[in-house]
Amino acid sequence: MTTVANGVNVQALLEARDALKGAPEAAQFTWRASSKWQDGVHSTTTVRDFFGLGQEQSHKTESVFEADHPAVFAAEDNGITPIEYLLVGLAACLTAGVASVAQNRGIQLRSVESTVEGRHDIRGILGADSDVRNGFTDVKVTFTIDADASRQEIEALVAQSQKRSAVFDALTNPTDVTVDVA
Amino acid sequence: MLERGEVANSWRHERWDSLRLLTPNWQSRLPGHHYEGPDPDGYLTMAEVTEFIERFAKVTGAPVRTGANVTSLRRTDDGYDVTTGRGEIRCRTVVIASGACNRPAVPHLAAAVPASVRQLTPFDYRGPSELPDGGVLVVGASATGVQLAAELRRSGRPVTIAVGEQVRMPRTYRGRDVLWWMDASGLWDQRYDEVDDLERARRLPSPQLVGTPERTTLDINALTAMGVEPVGRWAAVRDGRALFSGGLRNVFALADLKLERLLDTFDEWVRRAGRDADVAPPERLPPTRVPASTRLQLDLRRGEIATIVWATGFRPDYGWLDVPVLDEKGRLRHEGGVVDSPGLYALGLPVLRRRKSTFIYGIEDDAREVIDHLAEYLSARR
Repeated sequence: MTTVANGVNVQALLEARDALKGAPEAAQFTWRASSKWQDGVHSTTTVRDFFGLGQEQSHKTESVFEADHPAVFAAEDNGITPIEYLLVGLAACLTAGVASVAQNRGIQLRSVESTVEGRHDIRGILGADSDVRNGFTDVKVTFTIDADASRQEIEALVAQSQKRSAVFDALTNPTDVTVDVA
Repeated sequence: MLERGEVANSWRHERWDSLRLLTPNWQSRLPGHHYEGPDPDGYLTMAEVTEFIERFAKVTGAPVRTGANVTSLRRTDDGYDVTTGRGEIRCRTVVIASGACNRPAVPHLAAAVPASVRQLTPFDYRGPSELPDGGVLVVGASATGVQLAAELRRSGRPVTIAVGEQVRMPRTYRGRDVLWWMDASGLWDQRYDEVDDLERARRLPSPQLVGTPERTTLDINALTAMGVEPVGRWAAVRDGRALFSGGLRNVFALADLKLERLLDTFDEWVRRAGRDADVAPPERLPPTRVPASTRLQLDLRRGEIATIVWATGFRPDYGWLDVPVLDEKGRLRHEGGVVDSPGLYALGLPVLRRRKSTFIYGIEDDAREVIDHLAEYLSARR
């Protein structure tokens, strides 16, 4: 079973799961991003540090993300729109889940591709219709997976990946969000 | 043998009127006592279960002390002190057989529900006639949730059911009761030390089954066909609105995939055991239908929902247990019924020693092994 090589260190994840069962405080992470307004609706957000396993941690390098609106919104298009970052997060999270579950189940992956579509009625954010919400109307993810597995096993990978996905949960369930002025 | 009320107390007083056992009558079987009626494939009503257990108490001459509610169990140097409603008892060993369903488990969400909405647990529910008119939100889609949703829908009320992870099962498969398959294929005999993920197996919700004379299947498709509206798992209350998870499709997919694997297991067993002649040809159930659009929220202040039924599971009550044998989640620490305190034992908990541990039919094998251990413990200390 361990002959498959999807590049996920499942052993380390399983060991972490066992270790954290008895140490819930070490399992508390805080992810952070810092954002700075540039001009217009263009902002730059950087991500580097986070907290976890009881101490401050850092990524190997700082990542910088430009967000803006496209030209059809009469903006400069210096980066993708903020709501598109949610699609990036969802695709990345589900893909990571597929790879991890496949590794754990001894399924060799050859390719995993997905497209994510978030339908969005922008009358909500424009305040043009108070019955329309601001966020996505719905989101559809389509996976194309080539692996040494039956269709049923592949469907099970994708289902299990949703079941354990942080971003899938954050998008499908409400989260308590506080926005303060420092 | 201490009984807080009368023999078969929970079956008499803590079940709704229409409930029947999930197991077919031929599985109503205890050592030296079994169903002998005319309908081996039927399902006992609560009155019949009560009678069945009463008869077992008589047949075995069980020394039952009724009305003896245990309020405290303490460890002493050589055994235990038990305080009951009928006095103190000293003993060397104790078997906790008070079950896993002493209290309905209701999530914290309940506190945020507007006061205008009536809230019920399965312990308060007897039948639809006691509910106010108007819509019902049933929370949970295990055996209890699907049964109450169906019954309330049949009473003419609009019913919404909040669905999280569920265990989908057809009532019959290839012409046989699905619990015949669980038994015959050996799945029910799978031991606690052979199960892949014991914690998960012990947490598994009860399957979507109902015992009816028609032997009908009661899965989400059956409910939808009756006009019950499924929504996602109830995640939060915000400003008087219930917010449901948008992950309904995936809980359906997970349940369908697990069902498919279960039926594959059955088919494979038939092939290996050469039992094809005993059963009808293989069949597959259609996937769970996802509504074209699912509601993500429901305003609880608008009067659309008059009643909420919490079918969110049950918990054991160990409030009387003054021995430190509970884990951080309040569960009894035990190894196949041998509790983590000398001379203390348990029976009748989920997957105690086998997958069938919590069924009437499943207690015999567990009881023998646990009592063997108990007898050995006593003889070693004689």
